[in-house]
Amino acid sequence: MIARDRMSKLASNLVLLAIGVLFVLPLLWVLFASINRTAGLRVEFPTHPTLGNFKAVLNTDTTYRPVLNGIVLCGGAALLTMVCAVLAAYPLSRFRTRFNRPFLLTVLFCTGLPITAVMVPVYGLFVQLNLVDTLGGTIMFMATSALPFAIWLTKTFMDGVPLSLEEAAWVDGAGNMRALWAIVLPLMWPGIAVVLIFTFIGMWGNFFVPFMLLLSPERLPASVSIFTFFGQYGEPNYGQLAAYSLIYTTPVLLLYLLLSRKLGGAFALGGAIKG
Amino acid sequence: MTTTVAPTSATAPSGKSTGGGGKPKAAKLVRMLPLSPAIGLMLVFLAGPIIYCVYAAFTNMALTGTGAANVKFVGLDNFRKAFSSGAFTNSIWLTLVFTLISAIIGQNTLGLGLALLMRRSTKPVRNFVGTAVIGAWVLPEVVAAYLLSAFFNDDGTLNVMLHAVGLPGQDWLYGAPIIAVSLANIWRGTAFSMLVYSAALSEIPKEIEESAEMDGAGGWRRLLFVTLPMITRAVMTNLMLITLQTLSVFGLIYAMTRGGPGTKSQTLPLYMYEQAFSFSQIGYGTAIALVMLAIGAVFSLIYLRGLNSEAA
Repeated sequence: MIARDRMSKLASNLVLLAIGVLFVLPLLWVLFASINRTAGLRVEFPTHPTLGNFKAVLNTDTTYRPVLNGIVLCGGAALLTMVCAVLAAYPLSRFRTRFNRPFLLTVLFCTGLPITAVMVPVYGLFVQLNLVDTLGGTIMFMATSALPFAIWLTKTFMDGVPLSLEEAAWVDGAGNMRALWAIVLPLMWPGIAVVLIFTFIGMWGNFFVPFMLLLSPERLPASVSIFTFFGQYGEPNYGQLAAYSLIYTTPVLLLYLLLSRKLGGAFALGGAIKG
Repeated sequence: MTTTVAPTSATAPSGKSTGGGGKPKAAKLVRMLPLSPAIGLMLVFLAGPIIYCVYAAFTNMALTGTGAANVKFVGLDNFRKAFSSGAFTNSIWLTLVFTLISAIIGQNTLGLGLALLMRRSTKPVRNFVGTAVIGAWVLPEVVAAYLLSAFFNDDGTLNVMLHAVGLPGQDWLYGAPIIAVSLANIWRGTAFSMLVYSAALSEIPKEIEESAEMDGAGGWRRLLFVTLPMITRAVMTNLMLITLQTLSVFGLIYAMTRGGPGTKSQTLPLYMYEQAFSFSQIGYGTAIALVMLAIGAVFSLIYLRGLNSEAA
């Protein structure tokens, strides 16, 4: 029995390691190529490691402006999503009305909408409203597309805050918004952080929405500029592409680490997803 | 990482009611006011475009030419044109292949397999594999596309490995583009299924599996008759969510192959983009978008029904 257990453990470990290696290989390429002056397409450790590739891409046009645009765009959109989601979640979580259930089902339905399909009419709408190539319009659309899921998740976290404290505040004559601000939010800030970070990570990597709605090179976020820099003129400089990819990816990796800390280990996110 | 995820529990019973039965109507309405910013945004930017989509799909709207000057209703012409066009049926077919290989078979099975194996493995191995799989998921879409383009290229790592064991390699992006982008999507999306299944499996009481083992049920039988039936809900939810996500993958394929060579990896989103923006046929593009929305809506409805019957 014990021997069999040990065998199955060994087998599980070996299979897992094999799969893990397959997942790591493409990731290794980006690490090695970024410090290789003559990087090619295969994983190879550079003979003379150098930071030249990073020096080459660390300038306003290639890195600083797109990253800053990304922070403005995704940060603004994530904050807007969060404010609307908290406000919407409060009545949904605190009051029973006939309106709640259909509204929540609609929200759930919207989380399943393929946003890609809506992009052509959204572009048409933006042309009508003169919003094409504006940061404000793009921020509003990005915020809206993340809203259904954010409302759902925020309401789930808010349901976990007991109502008794608020009732005391209501008796003292505090309004709903005051109770939300002074009592509910301080008790659920870890949940707020989770929704905010999750929303931001999703937006940071999103390519299609800014690709469709923004045109001027000086407004493009990193997700699109990486494509326009490296995807358009034949053979790119792989070392610089890898270095830039690392710089662009670092913020979401740090945020993800923060998120898994907050949720107590990487796998708690599954629990959050299940709601 | 454009994940739209929804919890598996149906409308969570908030179980909280402040009564409010005796309040006047006006006060009740005021209480619901905080919903207005969210509803406003969703009306303008989600409901608006969908309604516009339904309208434009039946017109000859275009950015240039006759459809730009005077837009007129053309009835079902766009749909007739679509279903009789080889390019459209090709993209429907490729979308189904892409969804089947990369989501329903790939991400789902691999995610479940990883979650099962992780319960029987040692901690360092578990952490290493978990980090690698989640790392691939957190990467921005275009970065993932470039990494995998390098991996599948003629001079790339995959062929180096194949040659090392004596197998012939090829330039996957030219020879088998839809297979390459499907594998890329498996690499990028498996983490989601793994997390969902890890969470679901962690809720199964250990005693149940142990007693099945005592009764002499072997590994496979235990999985089929004990473990899987207990996570049916997670399986259904996960399948539905990754199917919807995979239907609308654009950036990954666009950055890897541009839908090419020719139209060999042109799935519906890429076909729609080409028609609406490269060829300026907005009306026709929205008709394709409507087909996509319909496919998505059918899945969403099945999903909601599943949730509702579970909640009963």
